[in-house]
Amino acid sequence: MRAMKKPALMKKIILYVTMSFLAVIFLFPLVWMVMSSLKGDVQIFRDMTSIKAFLPPMPNEVDGYFQNYIMAFERVNLLRYIMNSLIYTIGIIIFGLIVNSMAGYALARFQFPLRNFWLAVIIATLIIPPESIFLPLYVLVFNLGWVNTYTGLIVPFIANAFAIFLFRQFFLDFPRELEEAAKIDGCSQIGIFFRIIVPLSKPVFATVAIVLFINHWNDFLWPLVVANDDSMRTIQIGLQYFMNQPPIQWGQVMAALTVATVPMLLIFIFLQRYYVQGLAHTGSKN
Amino acid sequence: MVTRKRYSLKTREGKEALTGYFFLLPALLLLGVFLLYPMGAAFYYSFTDFYILRPGEKNFIGLENFQMIIGDAEFRQALRNTLYFTFLVVPIQIAVALGLALLVNKKLKLKVFFRTAYFSPVVMSLVVVSILWTFMYNPNEGLINEMLGLLGIPPQPFLTSPDQAMNSIIVMSVWQGAGFQMMIFLAGLQNIPDHLYEAADIDGANTFHKFLHVTLPGLKNISLFIFITITIAAFKLLVQPMIMTQGGPLGSTKSLVYHIYEVGFNYRDVGYASAMAVVFTVMVLTITIIQRILVKEERG
Repeated sequence: MRAMKKPALMKKIILYVTMSFLAVIFLFPLVWMVMSSLKGDVQIFRDMTSIKAFLPPMPNEVDGYFQNYIMAFERVNLLRYIMNSLIYTIGIIIFGLIVNSMAGYALARFQFPLRNFWLAVIIATLIIPPESIFLPLYVLVFNLGWVNTYTGLIVPFIANAFAIFLFRQFFLDFPRELEEAAKIDGCSQIGIFFRIIVPLSKPVFATVAIVLFINHWNDFLWPLVVANDDSMRTIQIGLQYFMNQPPIQWGQVMAALTVATVPMLLIFIFLQRYYVQGLAHTGSKN
Repeated sequence: MVTRKRYSLKTREGKEALTGYFFLLPALLLLGVFLLYPMGAAFYYSFTDFYILRPGEKNFIGLENFQMIIGDAEFRQALRNTLYFTFLVVPIQIAVALGLALLVNKKLKLKVFFRTAYFSPVVMSLVVVSILWTFMYNPNEGLINEMLGLLGIPPQPFLTSPDQAMNSIIVMSVWQGAGFQMMIFLAGLQNIPDHLYEAADIDGANTFHKFLHVTLPGLKNISLFIFITITIAAFKLLVQPMIMTQGGPLGSTKSLVYHIYEVGFNYRDVGYASAMAVVFTVMVLTITIIQRILVKEERG
């Protein structure tokens, strides 16, 4: 028995050591970022040669733990950038959920001429890389007078082929009986959709909302070209701007990076279930 | 005719068609105006000398832009860089993601902690990660050189060297992205039925054989999906070089999308940039189609 157990134990130890080593590799930049955001630049460089780089500063080493955060908010309009990002992403989510769920429902439930043609067109648009149309899209938005407006940021990305596809797949599996019953009760199609279908479809709405939030919170190219005024910058563009603003203070930039990560972190902590569902869904359906 | 049309809208089928279009139309209009129209416009601009500062003048110049691409050394370099990045990132990231998924799929007490740790870089945006790693890669007082120093390795130039800059970006990109595909692989691993492994056990298969004959075939569809998405995402490389190196040093990290952005947006040469965007799109479509065909052959 003992001879059998020893290799198994060895194996387990090796496994734990490997996994811990990998965990260190994946975590140390994040830990360094957060810890450095609490320190002055002199201390950041002094601590770098030892384990202290990954530890919070001693109370006697700093004037106040959040000095960098206060300075970052003072030097650039971080609050405005975050507000802009929230308006941009939440705007796309609200309009996107309405428009795309309606389209997905139409493609799943109704018979109408050219239905399969439109479905094919929508799926085909999935393979157009957004990077290849940003210039003509910019010219269009410019001609509409939408440069440096929320309209210009939001409207082009409301309709989303991937979201339509997810909604359609969900509604195809949705039991018809409820709708039939409502129809007999004299409910209109629009009433049926908004009063019966939508409230019973929370998981797919949550999944699409989270996928849209993550994609657009991280967006870079479109906000970069269409929102170049400081008052319209999103957080990602604002970070790039701050990074290049002399004098470059590492601690302050680290503070801004940490702040920019908080919304995504909250999403993952509280809504991970829906997010993983969405991932699994995309993985298996394709 | 008019009466028949009216009549047809009053039938059940007619009403259903009308409702269907009512639900579908907003999305169709938006996709048409903000996706299909720009696509067509990019194609049209690519045959003109459209320059943003002269919006009134768009002259048809035939294939001149495309001929210019062939002789454009910067375009060739950007294409080479993009292909280099793609060919390295795709296999490395898939291997790392699969390895991590296999590790966290083991029945261990701390597996939730490990899974969260490997996934955590995904929570940060590419911009945040790029800025953070620019500091870490700093050749004079960066964290990575300090750590290498403790191991007795001399300081490296990283992003400041044409030989190391792209590789440095690749390492960071794998670090940032692998956790995402790990989660997808993990979902796939958990879908492989246990009885397949039990049957393999009875046949006396060792761990490696089980991996080869049970795990890999079970992950086939998911692997192909991941392969396609990573390849296309890698081909669109932009944020990392834009933030970390501005395409340098000596253009060694300038990517295709970055080059298109500079020509179209900084130099305002929309005609030429559109021609390059068309070439870029054709490349992405070709990758997609080739991979789809491979998928079909595998399945057929």
